[in-house]
Amino acid sequence: MFKILEKTFRTGIVTASYPQEPARVSEHFRGRPAFDFAKWHDARPAAEICPTGAITVDDEGGQQQVAVDYGRCIFCGQCAEVSMDGAVTITQEFKMATRDRRDLVLTSYSIPNRAGQQGVGDSLRTRIHDVLGRSLAIRQVDAGSCNGCELEINALNNPVHDIERFGIHFVASPRHADMLLVTGPVTRNMELALRKTYDATPKPKVVVAVGACGISGGIFGVNYATRGGVDQVIPVDVFIPGCPPRPEALLHGILLAVDRLA
Amino acid sequence: MPDIFQALLERFPERSRLLDIRSTNELYASVDREDLREAVRSLMAEHGARLVTVLAEDRLASEGVFYIYYVFDRLGDPCFLILRLAIPPGQAQFPSLAADLPAVNWQEREIQDWFGLEADGHPNPRRVALHDNWPDVHPLRKDFAIDQVLPLFEGEQHEYRPTLGEGVFQIPVGPVHAGIIEPGHFNFAVAGEPILYLQLRMFYTHKATEKLFEHLPIHRAVFLAESISGDSSFSHGTAFCQAIERAGDVEVPFRAKVIRTILLELERIYNHVADIGAIATDVGFVVANAHAGTLREKFAGLNETLTGNRLLRGMVSVGGVRRSWKVHQLEALQNTVDLAERDFRELVALINSSDSTRDRLERTGFLHPDKAKALGIVGVGGRASGIDRDVRRDHPYSAYDRLSFRVPVQEGGDVLSRLQVRVDEVKESIAMIRALQAHMPDGPHCAPAQEIPAGRCALSAVEGWRGEIIHWVRTAPGNRLERCKIKDPSVNNWPALVEAVQGNIIADFPVINKSFNLSYSGTDR
Repeated sequence: MFKILEKTFRTGIVTASYPQEPARVSEHFRGRPAFDFAKWHDARPAAEICPTGAITVDDEGGQQQVAVDYGRCIFCGQCAEVSMDGAVTITQEFKMATRDRRDLVLTSYSIPNRAGQQGVGDSLRTRIHDVLGRSLAIRQVDAGSCNGCELEINALNNPVHDIERFGIHFVASPRHADMLLVTGPVTRNMELALRKTYDATPKPKVVVAVGACGISGGIFGVNYATRGGVDQVIPVDVFIPGCPPRPEALLHGILLAVDRLA
Repeated sequence: MPDIFQALLERFPERSRLLDIRSTNELYASVDREDLREAVRSLMAEHGARLVTVLAEDRLASEGVFYIYYVFDRLGDPCFLILRLAIPPGQAQFPSLAADLPAVNWQEREIQDWFGLEADGHPNPRRVALHDNWPDVHPLRKDFAIDQVLPLFEGEQHEYRPTLGEGVFQIPVGPVHAGIIEPGHFNFAVAGEPILYLQLRMFYTHKATEKLFEHLPIHRAVFLAESISGDSSFSHGTAFCQAIERAGDVEVPFRAKVIRTILLELERIYNHVADIGAIATDVGFVVANAHAGTLREKFAGLNETLTGNRLLRGMVSVGGVRRSWKVHQLEALQNTVDLAERDFRELVALINSSDSTRDRLERTGFLHPDKAKALGIVGVGGRASGIDRDVRRDHPYSAYDRLSFRVPVQEGGDVLSRLQVRVDEVKESIAMIRALQAHMPDGPHCAPAQEIPAGRCALSAVEGWRGEIIHWVRTAPGNRLERCKIKDPSVNNWPALVEAVQGNIIADFPVINKSFNLSYSGTDR
């Protein structure tokens, strides 16, 4: 008993002060690749090497139309390595969670205005905030992942990330949950279980899709055994890119989903 | 290995021959259907060979047959011996070995489901890899399109074996579990608290991985290999790259081998530390888990410093590793390992000081060494039940042939033994990392990119932190693959869980399950 206490006192507080202070991130961490489309003379090598097809190039009349989908990106950094013109740089940025799947797609050309859709989300957010207040119960559902995302979600419970300091905790049943934190790709064999879990979660509920596979199917994509991203099966409120998203990125996405970001 | 090969060839002189398949660490021989059972029996009983895995491939288009390969190894011999059985399409059957060799039970049924070849004489030939609601398809046949859309899941049709008796009832659990873990279904038959019988149903996370390998260029497939099982990204990635390197005669520079070995050991450490904490939690000692979780974070941070990713992803590549290490990264390695070793010693002392924890772990989830041997259990689960096997020593790869290390083996077969094997392995891993970084060689970190010749076969084995990982590839033109078979150690070890839980109270299931900590995704692929 005394040994346990002694060890505990000696260890002291290890909890990180994120998000009040910036996360402690290694300079080697591969976060969001940033693209300078004006500088990018040839995007084809990057499109060719990208393991998940997150970069697509449409060569129209000598003009390259490039699209980058962060929802497919696994942050391998190869696009920066093969783009000699310095148009792609790997940043340490990880706060990429968003409510709108389309925010994750960058293009070198303009896409039609989509103003006017934000209002629906706003009212839902207010309602969730009214009902749930400041506590949040999360049910995690692995709908087919490789277990990488689960490792990082588990890390949210360790003393360093300590998600319970936000009044957020993981619960054992969807019936106790306000939020489903779903990893993918959604396999054919998990589709029914995911639907049932969603139906069993009381309203109002929030669904967060985690990782490249949860957003788009990632490297697995859509095939005879998978349905792709979580939003192919149930409605998704927030998308958290990463492969896997680091715990701080998960925390950012979860807080975004319940509108608790400062 | 040549001697037992000789014995085999002499035994079946007419019908068995050495195959002219070039390889660096395995020998191939053909065997006839009638001789298979006897050949396997003789290899195992008379020559001490162990059946490592069974795999199939569809060669209808080019050779007009299916092949099934039986991979063997033997202690003290780094070479693998592979028997090849040809199956003409008109006679889509192969002799089942499962009645005598429970280790191949699932693997044979997988071949049934994925290739449509019938395991003749299998004691339980029901579907395993395709769930009961799937139509009659065989996805790994070449004529099956990967993007084929199959009818939606209609509902559960699987019938579990009934468990009857007064007061016996069944508890269904999953596929969505109570914790943050992967999906699978457990059907417990219990009489009061003790578990009588456990039936497993896996493959909920089947995502066409092996088929997908046939559709990706090799440079992309490396990332798929990293996603076979998330906590073994580096081991699976290395196993895959090693298979390609063997197929294409790629010489990996020594510096790359050393970097790989250090990262393989870091993967072992961060997973073992997390498991040690989780085992403590499952018997109520959460303080120990808090310390383990903090320690694991240190290793995740080190992983990020060394590879740019907390789970060691995006580092391994065909020919070596993607990035070399600078001086400050090597210093971070040394400092973290020094600090972490002290923390780890304290964590172990903390757990050992708790009698109540020890009491819960001792004789819990007992796997008898004889059972473990019969079931072909590998890795931590096997070594805790007296099976002295470790790919790092038995089939050295990367820089393991330059290291002297001990393979910790326990005879106890209980959760405590599996915990102890992990503790001892972490200590060995730390010593290995120290030895390697003290003599970090200079030189390139990756071989120059080269075309991988088509039609080459290669087998690669890696001791992941769970146990023996096998990748077998056949290359195709244009730096692509014709076939990639993956065997995660979990495939071998699920039956160990079924065995170990019997007679234990259901409340101890989580800790027994954790003590094996098997990968669902690695099993289901």
